[in-house]
Amino acid sequence: MARHIVARISEIPAGCNKVFGLEGRDIVVFHVNGEFFALLNRCPHEGAPLEKAACVARLTSPEPGIYQRDRVGEMLRCPWHGWEFDMRNGQSWFDPKRFRIRSYPVAVESGAELQKGPYVAETFPVHIEDNYVIVEV
Amino acid sequence: MSDVIDRPMLDQEITAATRLKIIDCDIHPSIHAHSDLNEFLPKRWQQHLKEYGSHLRTPYIGTTPYPRSSPLIARRDAWPPTGGVPGSDLDFMRKQHLDPFDVEFGILQVLDLFIFSQQNLEFGAAIQRAINDWQLAFWAHRDPRLKASILVGQDGSDLGLAEIDRCAKTGEYIQINVSPRANEPLGRRRYWPIYERAQELDLPLGIHVGGYGGHAPTGGGWPSYYCEEHQSNAHTVASNLTSLVLEGVPERFPKLKIVFIEGGFGWIPATMWRMDQHFERFRSEVPHLKRKPSEYVKQHFWFTTQPIDEPDEAKHLRQLIEWVGIDRLLFSSDYPHWDYDDARFAFKTPLTDAERRKIFNSNARAVYKF
Repeated sequence: MARHIVARISEIPAGCNKVFGLEGRDIVVFHVNGEFFALLNRCPHEGAPLEKAACVARLTSPEPGIYQRDRVGEMLRCPWHGWEFDMRNGQSWFDPKRFRIRSYPVAVESGAELQKGPYVAETFPVHIEDNYVIVEV
Repeated sequence: MSDVIDRPMLDQEITAATRLKIIDCDIHPSIHAHSDLNEFLPKRWQQHLKEYGSHLRTPYIGTTPYPRSSPLIARRDAWPPTGGVPGSDLDFMRKQHLDPFDVEFGILQVLDLFIFSQQNLEFGAAIQRAINDWQLAFWAHRDPRLKASILVGQDGSDLGLAEIDRCAKTGEYIQINVSPRANEPLGRRRYWPIYERAQELDLPLGIHVGGYGGHAPTGGGWPSYYCEEHQSNAHTVASNLTSLVLEGVPERFPKLKIVFIEGGFGWIPATMWRMDQHFERFRSEVPHLKRKPSEYVKQHFWFTTQPIDEPDEAKHLRQLIEWVGIDRLLFSSDYPHWDYDDARFAFKTPLTDAERRKIFNSNARAVYKF
């Protein structure tokens, strides 16, 4: 897989996302609670743009009247039909065996590391000390 | 739909919808601000709207349909960047929906101000007049693809008839819209004058789901969840189809065309089978029917496709379409609402080019005489 340096971490504030055109497809990178997740920007159901999805909590209920919220901000709720997906792996919450969004590995690396390795952050030479978001496609 | 779908969009999928020249039978325009109606609404009713607002027959004080699954029941990506509510910005509607899908004609369905459900019938009629005029001025005259409907509240049928005549004279409206949640089932005689006028004018009768007639939307009473209520749209349409057929509306008005909008179509085959079965057993109770109920359905009624059913196996959707009849189905997107159907992906079953042409264009072309 090719590694693409897509942004400085400061360009995707927590709770926000940004879309990148990588190898002919639109990939949306979310920043949630200090972590980054990259997914194809398209719901597998009818193609809605996931950049407009709500980032919600996982809501579970052991029985009627009792509700629990966890993993706040890590579940993606499609902007059209409300299908929910786990941002960590793109799997659908309601039918994980059949539906998933293609997800991509994301890494955050410092400019200094990039300078040393084969992937030189050529486009950001003056900020080489920053941290960069890298997506593998 | 039985496969895991995780692929990027293919070029042919992007262009397939474009080749179709879609007629979209259900697009919801919204009023940007109530003041947009002022030029069409007499001062007396502007004041009424400001002081009293809507008076609806709903069971719980303060209940409104919004928000339900998402604010204004809209797609989250349909809020115009210029501000305003989804469906209120023509340029954004063009950019997001009409242009990319090559919509040849889009039929407007206005739900604002609970237009069919106002219990003050004179106020309701004034709002209906204003919105009928607003549809032309703000939409149809600004984009020739968009077509307006004559909205009438059937429970004040003399006011409704006057409004139908006023609008029909312009020659610009393509159907007459009434509510599926009126005070009585739609087949009742009190509504026949509207059907008679629709037949005389050769305008289809459009019946879009929603509204508040004061009755519980399910036979079992008032639902607790939106999930439950949304399910009831299909039941409401099914009971009104049954009422219209069995009370003899198509028999009495043989040239009347009736289009059910946003009720989906999965429930139709079983409804027809059961009506036919009952007709065989109880035909002496309804001697005014000269043919099997399903024959009336297949000749006088059409159904828009959204929200489409999604059976586990693609072949079952295909069978459903055949049972309903491919000539009965009219594509609709429900733009910009949350349960919107995308023309490229909604039919998760193989269709031939000829079949696609019928559902996406030529059936509607024939019904609405485009």
